[in-house]
Amino acid sequence: MADESLFDFLHMEIVSHIYKEQQSSKGEMDNKDRAVCVSVLESMGFRVGQGLIERLTRDSPSFKDELDVMKFVCKDFWTKVFRRQVDNLRTNHQGTYVLQDNKFSLLTQLSSGKQYLDQAPKYLAFSCGVVRGALSNLGLDSVVTAEVSVMPSCKFQVVIQKL
Amino acid sequence: MSRQSNRTTDSKKMNSELFTLTYGALVTQLCKDYENDEEVNKQLDKMGYNIGVRLIEDFLARSSIGRCQDFRETADVIAKVAFKMYLGVTPSVTNWSPAGDEFSLILENNPLVDFVELPDNHSTLVYSNLLCGVLRGALEMVQMAVDVRFAQDTLRGDNVTEIRMKFIKRIEENLPAGDE
Repeated sequence: MADESLFDFLHMEIVSHIYKEQQSSKGEMDNKDRAVCVSVLESMGFRVGQGLIERLTRDSPSFKDELDVMKFVCKDFWTKVFRRQVDNLRTNHQGTYVLQDNKFSLLTQLSSGKQYLDQAPKYLAFSCGVVRGALSNLGLDSVVTAEVSVMPSCKFQVVIQKL
Repeated sequence: MSRQSNRTTDSKKMNSELFTLTYGALVTQLCKDYENDEEVNKQLDKMGYNIGVRLIEDFLARSSIGRCQDFRETADVIAKVAFKMYLGVTPSVTNWSPAGDEFSLILENNPLVDFVELPDNHSTLVYSNLLCGVLRGALEMVQMAVDVRFAQDTLRGDNVTEIRMKFIKRIEENLPAGDE
């Protein structure tokens, strides 16, 4: 059983690698480069999220409705992946959900407060993908974004896409 | 009682899966970015090195192991403490060279390769090469230059996974001039 810290180390190095590779050809990063990095990290997270939710829900019965799915994500899924439950779930009952985690595990080692706030998005892209991948395999297409104003508290916004 | 322990095992297992799935996503991404397996192997080694130089501090803080007297002791610590702590497996230490500067770590099962199969067009890919870099980087931080490579790999058809480690030299600490 791999230790928890291994994922943290691996994730940090992956972020570092992706950004270094994108930067190496030019020396300076513009917004387009940053968007590419975020996109690569997000799609890696997507695959991982899909795999994880498959393993986790293998023996579970199907969900009653969308809210049920989101509650599962906030409790069981979040505990398994981010080692705690989401602190606060809000919804407008029209497909938009805000998941607030006050001690997001991938941010706790960065800072508590405003230091390195500009770096936070790099470390959230993968996690957004994980959430999006999990929802995808539960039958929900979504757009997942994350927002940080004070580390390590983080808000994930999930917008379910209606077909 | 038993329900609680189930949850702990499950949660450890899930963390394990998070790590192995993320590693798989990384290797897949590298295969997309680089044209050939050799280049991917190199990148994995480099990334492993970067992780290793940080991991060693985590290891030393959590294990309170003192300085190893010789390479044999180092091998034992790597197998029985480090691998156990981080990957939950204990490889056996065998095949010592007569000079005592080279040995093998034999892993019956490699946690990195759960759910993994190598497609035919990646036969020279050393999937778990990150491990070699980690070991190399970690040992460099404790003044040992080593060469680490995979001698056998279950993904490529061998029965076991064998990591061969060779001691190159002791790295002298470079103190800045003028320090007492």
